[in-house]
Amino acid sequence: MQNGSLISIENLKVYYKVGGVFSKKVVKAVDDVDLQIKRGETLGLVGESGCGKSSLGKAILRLIEPTEGKVIYNGVDLVKLSARQMREQRKHLQIIFQDPYSSLNPRMTVGQIIGEPIKTFGLAKGREVEERVQELMEAVGLSRRFVKRYPHEFSGGQRQRIGIARALALNPEFIVADEPISALDVSIQSQIMNLLEKLQAERKLTYLFISHDLRAVRHLSDRVAVMYLGKIVELASAKEIYEEPLHPYTKALISAVPIPDPEIEANRERIILKGDVPSPINPPQGCRFHTRCPFAIPECSIISPELVEIKPSHRVSCIRISKDHPDIKENAAKGLGVV
Amino acid sequence: MSMKGDTLLLVRDLKTYFQTEDGVVKAVDGVSFELRSGETLGIVGESGSGKSVTSLSIMRLIPEPPGKIVDGQIWFNGVNLLELSPEDMRKIRGKRIAMIFQDPMTSLNPFLRISTQLMEVTELHLGHSKKEAYQHAIKMLDMVGIPEAKERVNGYPHEFSGGMRQRVMIAMALSCDPELLIADEPTTALDVTIQAQILELIKDMKRRLGTSVILITHDLGVVAGMTDRVIVMYAGKIFEQAPTRELFKRPANPYTKGLLRSVPDPAHEEGKPLYQIPGLPPDVAHLPPGCPFAERCERATAICHNEFPPFVEVNSDHWSLCHFAEEVYKESSRLF
Repeated sequence: MQNGSLISIENLKVYYKVGGVFSKKVVKAVDDVDLQIKRGETLGLVGESGCGKSSLGKAILRLIEPTEGKVIYNGVDLVKLSARQMREQRKHLQIIFQDPYSSLNPRMTVGQIIGEPIKTFGLAKGREVEERVQELMEAVGLSRRFVKRYPHEFSGGQRQRIGIARALALNPEFIVADEPISALDVSIQSQIMNLLEKLQAERKLTYLFISHDLRAVRHLSDRVAVMYLGKIVELASAKEIYEEPLHPYTKALISAVPIPDPEIEANRERIILKGDVPSPINPPQGCRFHTRCPFAIPECSIISPELVEIKPSHRVSCIRISKDHPDIKENAAKGLGVV
Repeated sequence: MSMKGDTLLLVRDLKTYFQTEDGVVKAVDGVSFELRSGETLGIVGESGSGKSVTSLSIMRLIPEPPGKIVDGQIWFNGVNLLELSPEDMRKIRGKRIAMIFQDPMTSLNPFLRISTQLMEVTELHLGHSKKEAYQHAIKMLDMVGIPEAKERVNGYPHEFSGGMRQRVMIAMALSCDPELLIADEPTTALDVTIQAQILELIKDMKRRLGTSVILITHDLGVVAGMTDRVIVMYAGKIFEQAPTRELFKRPANPYTKGLLRSVPDPAHEEGKPLYQIPGLPPDVAHLPPGCPFAERCERATAICHNEFPPFVEVNSDHWSLCHFAEEVYKESSRLF
């Protein structure tokens, strides 16, 4: 356990077999990821669909079984635990999903949904359970009057509040928030983001905030990890990722985010990447981004880059970047796709 | 054909209602606006605001029942679309007004080759022969940036990625060189790098073909970068309407103001809690008598709860639906 890490992920791999029983096709959703999550921080995890960010989040909690690697929490490797031992740890490690509706039992009342984990884990009994449920509802901004209502009677934002209350029921230390605001309207998104921040301050929570919404990630996170096809390509403070991104993919990603300011938008130079994200079934050899990278050189298709520290607390995985040359100056033959 | 800057589309007092178990939902209730030739107009709003129903009304694609355009006029190049026979409307739809949706799979037939689907449009509307239509289909795919268009034209929709399908949709929508393109959340389902490609493509097509565009979106960032003028909708009404820069700089409606402040802006991130509009969007089947936003509005007073607000012109071409429009406008300086 080094410098205040709450969770330390080492060489984590999540591979899925796809196709039939005899198929040899494997999706490397998470491929050899090392990541420290510091106590009390919000670590943002961004990337496009299929990059493995959600698989990584679920593998930490073993909602998906990791293929290889370690997830060390409080000195214990979660990957090695038996189902029963893991169940005990789940008290401390919770998750909030994108679509709260599909993760809430439609036949249970809000009170039952939030109370269930409290009862199952024997944290309280009888009247005490009800009290805790009501406390939790208040903490997430739901009126106590709703305790006997069913999920379908609520709006999307309110359902997300129910999902958050349930995640908090066991007083966890760590929460994976997997696209928690993506399905919500703009005015409700800000409510939920503020709620997550408030709860973090009150309860000293640590978050892994997974999102494709780079504006929300910038706002909520202390540090940000950028994923591309199963690998982390850049890791730095949220401010640095946005203001001085170094990896060509991060640069393109940040430049693609629309800014709600017409004057900035009118004068922006965008790096428009060509083509789609390649299939994770057969990811490109070498650097997985080389097929879309405006700076790729022949070596990029051969050498798999390591995530190395380029500046203090700023790690990048790109063979064209080094401590002495953090910026890629000359363009590759393909030309720079600046529009 | 209209000249650049002329009025291409004029919507007057449009009312589209839906009959539901819960009562009549006034999804669009008295909406009026104008679109000039060559312009890009953004319509922003949250779910249930009526932005999509507005566009479907223009296309006359409201499912009836339960929906019905109960009142209003939609003048397109001097013709009231609401008075056209279904057959005459079909001649306009897809030819002179085309539409793209959030999910291209809802408009592409999964069992037909791309070529068949693209050819159908120009055979019908432009009287193309099979050969002409096939060549035109390839030309269109090439124009929207589909690599190896000659081969891919024979593919099926499932063989294309989400971003590529949206390109196919755009190719299909533009294949008759329409005067108006309505894009309803065209990039909402796409990843951000693909979104950037598609938005760039729409801009480029607009430059090359001079198409006027109505862009419907919930994303204020997209609006900021793409549009000349913006309409903000809430509960079936236009709450504010202004040139884009003016709207972002000097909003004159508390809802717009709240919306702008509640979006994280990475260019001006300060780490403070976001502004949050309290409460929930209203139930459009049971709207209160006054301003539909009053319950969530910071500055609402008694009048807001009792009387429907006026639509006030605070500056030339800048309108706001608010009892206090003038005051809100005066208070607005740069928000971020």
